[in-house]
Amino acid sequence: MVDHLLGIEGLSKTEIHRYLDAAHSFVEVSERDIKKVPTLRGKTIIHVFFEPSTRTLSSFDIAGKRLSADTINISASSSSVKKGETLLDTVRTLESMNPDVLVIRHSESGAAHFAARNLTRSSVVNAGDGAHEHPTQALLDLLTLRQHFASSKRPIEGLRIGFVGDVRHSRVARSNIWAHIALGNEVRLIGPPTLVPMDFARAFNSPLVNVVHDLREGLRDLDVVVCLRMQLERQSEHFVPNLDEYSKEFCVSERLLREFAPSSVVLHPGPMNRGTEISGEVADGPRSLIHRQVNNGVAVRMAVLYLLARTLDPREEGSER
Amino acid sequence: MNQKYKPVPREWQQVMDEETISRAISRMSFEIVEKDRDLSNLAIVGIRTGGEFLGKRLQHEIERIEKAQVAYGVIDITLYRDDLSSAQSQPTLRGTDLPFRIAGSRIILVDDVLFTGRTIRSALDAIIDFGRPRSVELAVLLDRGHRELPVQADYVGKVVPSHRSQLVRVRLSEMGYKDGAYLIEREHK
Repeated sequence: MVDHLLGIEGLSKTEIHRYLDAAHSFVEVSERDIKKVPTLRGKTIIHVFFEPSTRTLSSFDIAGKRLSADTINISASSSSVKKGETLLDTVRTLESMNPDVLVIRHSESGAAHFAARNLTRSSVVNAGDGAHEHPTQALLDLLTLRQHFASSKRPIEGLRIGFVGDVRHSRVARSNIWAHIALGNEVRLIGPPTLVPMDFARAFNSPLVNVVHDLREGLRDLDVVVCLRMQLERQSEHFVPNLDEYSKEFCVSERLLREFAPSSVVLHPGPMNRGTEISGEVADGPRSLIHRQVNNGVAVRMAVLYLLARTLDPREEGSER
Repeated sequence: MNQKYKPVPREWQQVMDEETISRAISRMSFEIVEKDRDLSNLAIVGIRTGGEFLGKRLQHEIERIEKAQVAYGVIDITLYRDDLSSAQSQPTLRGTDLPFRIAGSRIILVDDVLFTGRTIRSALDAIIDFGRPRSVELAVLLDRGHRELPVQADYVGKVVPSHRSQLVRVRLSEMGYKDGAYLIEREHK
């Protein structure tokens, strides 16, 4: 029975911490002189990216290589997808080459689930499906928070976290929201009604999730502020009068944070539109954990690949002393 | 000492007690020092989790008899195992911490039980990824035989003949037990 990582929805607090614990150990591996361990030697990982990506693809690729797996990257623009092949045919073709893991990014929500349902031998990792989920991003955000709050001996349970901006189109927000519900954290979704519909919170069916349409009110007393990217490729700009006006109302600035959430830290899943959803001062300032996020991306993906690989081809029970 | 120890099952057959373990550690410490009096490059490396506390005890014992500082580190060999996919018991990573220069050092690798030799093989691979030690020696509390690889220990607390199907467990005060080593029939696991 092969295992997949398709989303954060449905994961328990224990399962989330299992990923974070493993990732914590992999941070050390990436700091060694020889940043490579033989754990996944002989395993093949195919990254199938139907959407462009810099940090997710490169960090998955580095993660696989640091675990000694063979990694192959396929992007939609240079593959048969361009010739009209369907998703199903593409993943089936790839599976017949016996990869152990398929890492899939696709612009359609549910693409990774669909692939997982139709494959029998390969593990599937969702690297982002439409506006649905991006589980490894949520895990690296949580790892970043766990590291930050560990310095003041605070657990990541009991935090007050706000997501500001284009929540509607954000798979990063969705995965994070599921995680914070599992952890029991208060979640505020902040933005104009067009980008944060009133009924959006209802989908999570949790009293922990609330919608606020005013930035100042929303920021009040937050521990963590997650700025979300205006997704211009998903026509986010048509949901607001224009980007200038949007940024006047919803750009997260140091002045506002100092006033309403003075002790907060700031995350951004990238890539940033400086001056639109986040000011340069905040992005480069002391409360920004954005570089730590990128740094943690590799460790989290190593942890995910490591934990999945254990479920591959179970052999005879190993040696025991 | 009125300390409460966690009990071990009655069916477990004891092969070493508090005293024999303490003597074994003391003797191995003398042997390690005897082999090379220069302790400046000496480093004790415990293999998690069985060798962790024993390594620490060896370090303290050598420091006590020689009145010198001895470097200590731990390695987690989980990522180097050759049976990852069947890593039955605990896949938990506990991390490696080698706070000294590996290159040029004399390393004493420490584990509780020497059995198939596969753990030691993994540990050697792990250490060599951190640098090129001058030498690596192996110290174990118990050697129970049944090697699957050409590995032997330089320092042995006790040789315990065992059947392949039996289990050998070491329980130490650091884990909340009274010091002891046990031979266990599989059904009493």
